[in-house]
Amino acid sequence: MNFDRSVRRKVFSRGMTVLTGLAIVAIMVPLVAVIYETLLLGGADLNLGLFTNGLPYPCSPQPGVTCQQGGLVVPITGTIELIALSSLVAVPIGIGAAIFSVEYGRESPFARIVGLVSDVLAGVPSIVAGAFIYALVLLYDPSIVFSTISGSLALAVLMVPIVARTCEEALRTVPNSVREAALALGISRWKATLRITLVSALPGIVTGVLLAVARSAGEAAPLLLLLGNACTHPLQGLNQEGCALPLFIYQGATAPNANYIALAWAAALLLLGLILVLSVISRLTLNRMAKRMRGG
Amino acid sequence: MSEPTPSPPSASRKPRRVSRWGDRIFLALVVIATGAIIALMVALFVVLIYGARASIQTVGWAFLFTKVWSPATNVYGIVPQLVGTLVTSAIALLIAIPLGVGAAIFLTQQAPGWLRAPVSQLIEMLAAIPSVIYGFWGLIVLVPLMRNVGEPILYTYLGWTGLFSGPEYGLGVITASLVLSVMAIPTVTAISRDSIAAVPRSQVEAALSIGGTDWEVTRRAVLPYARSGIIAGIVLGLGRALGETMAVTLTICNNNVLPTSLFSLGQTIPSLIANDFFEAATPLEIPAMLEAALILLIITLSINLGARAVLLRFQAGRGVGAE
Repeated sequence: MNFDRSVRRKVFSRGMTVLTGLAIVAIMVPLVAVIYETLLLGGADLNLGLFTNGLPYPCSPQPGVTCQQGGLVVPITGTIELIALSSLVAVPIGIGAAIFSVEYGRESPFARIVGLVSDVLAGVPSIVAGAFIYALVLLYDPSIVFSTISGSLALAVLMVPIVARTCEEALRTVPNSVREAALALGISRWKATLRITLVSALPGIVTGVLLAVARSAGEAAPLLLLLGNACTHPLQGLNQEGCALPLFIYQGATAPNANYIALAWAAALLLLGLILVLSVISRLTLNRMAKRMRGG
Repeated sequence: MSEPTPSPPSASRKPRRVSRWGDRIFLALVVIATGAIIALMVALFVVLIYGARASIQTVGWAFLFTKVWSPATNVYGIVPQLVGTLVTSAIALLIAIPLGVGAAIFLTQQAPGWLRAPVSQLIEMLAAIPSVIYGFWGLIVLVPLMRNVGEPILYTYLGWTGLFSGPEYGLGVITASLVLSVMAIPTVTAISRDSIAAVPRSQVEAALSIGGTDWEVTRRAVLPYARSGIIAGIVLGLGRALGETMAVTLTICNNNVLPTSLFSLGQTIPSLIANDFFEAATPLEIPAMLEAALILLIITLSINLGARAVLLRFQAGRGVGAE
């Protein structure tokens, strides 16, 4: 009787191990399928023309009709512009707030509020950030509501909390002795912060910024509201309607013509590559920092 | 020895004047940055309320209880989208929780050492894939699969429940929920794994020493200890699913009626805004969508604050356990 029970317990335990192992397999299947499909369908149209040509005329292959393949130069440039502009806004604010709460605020309730607010902001859905910037820019200047500028502002809203939180963590890893040593040498506090503390925390800060860029580069929802519909136009100014890779993926995915769908897969592959490269770089930076800290 | 006497005043006086100003300016800049973050939080609510004022004044509370969203007849009710949002997220979590927590248990307790790091890193990387790519994949691969295989099977075996019936479009609530679950799984897995890994070894060894099998150790010693961390991970995954736009917009077909079964076409608050915003025609439509965004903001923020409260309890609990 006792023997039976122990066997049953062991079998049950083994069964649960198998089930949890199957859970791993079950979650890997769709996830790997997404990457596989993107590599397969996006890789088919990969060529250098993607970086130099504009979008083609909408077309589906039929007997007697050859479709232009075209390229993604407009969405690629748009994504670069959006990343640059939104980082320009979000990175100083995020790093500044992190410096305040670690270097100046430490235990003050104000600094704790900053931590709470950036945690809460990190949970704001991207579509809400888009709607918010729409309503905000409408108050300021209705003529630039649909533009690369307002798209970048929405991305900046999503980036600020990520930059702030990761920088805060990076600054906290700098030992107090480093700050004290710098101040003991007689340099002023702001120089000590900028040249000593911030430099010691640099790998962590770079990681945070790269994570934020990776997140915002793939974001399509706010751009759907704010970027207008200029993917087929030649490049325009920042205060005009624009385009971006994730936005074009959405437009291509819902387009009826075959060459747009194919181009959307190529765009998906480029975007995936960009984001994977960014996360690999940020991981390497973080590893190097960890190694250096172990060494120190 | 006469040299040091003049030098300290000059060395201390001049830089001190410069540094004091430098310090003030630097502090001012840093405070402005901090103020900007707090102002952003406040502005989110103020600007959305201001933008939605026309809808709030005209439609009033009926906005929350009307089951029709029809710009053509100027009727705005958020119920179909609210139901769509809650149902898709709930189904997504129903799938993501057992798979995500199960995978976390396997990764931390049973998986061989060489497997742990690569699989964990892969799962974390998958969390970084843009949602529009998941949506594109859902539309091109999952939708035909559901139409031809998934939905007929569900109808044959579970059609009697009434949940799985109606025309099998492939697009719709169930497919959107599946894509959402694929996206929520990395979040749930990563956070569950972290909180399970934080369970002290002594806890596990104590349970093993009284003769527990692997599963009994997990069930009685590990999971209770990691419970609040796992719950926080689930709630964060829920927050992500509720606000997810692109993947749902591409797979749910954006039909703004109340879904009658899981095969129905439907709409969520984010997909409503993503789909209709740019083409809004009537004057009340944009304010109504801004009000919908406000409601979504309130829902996700309360959920995130809830997750934070649970995590704080988790940290407090761990503090007590360590003492």
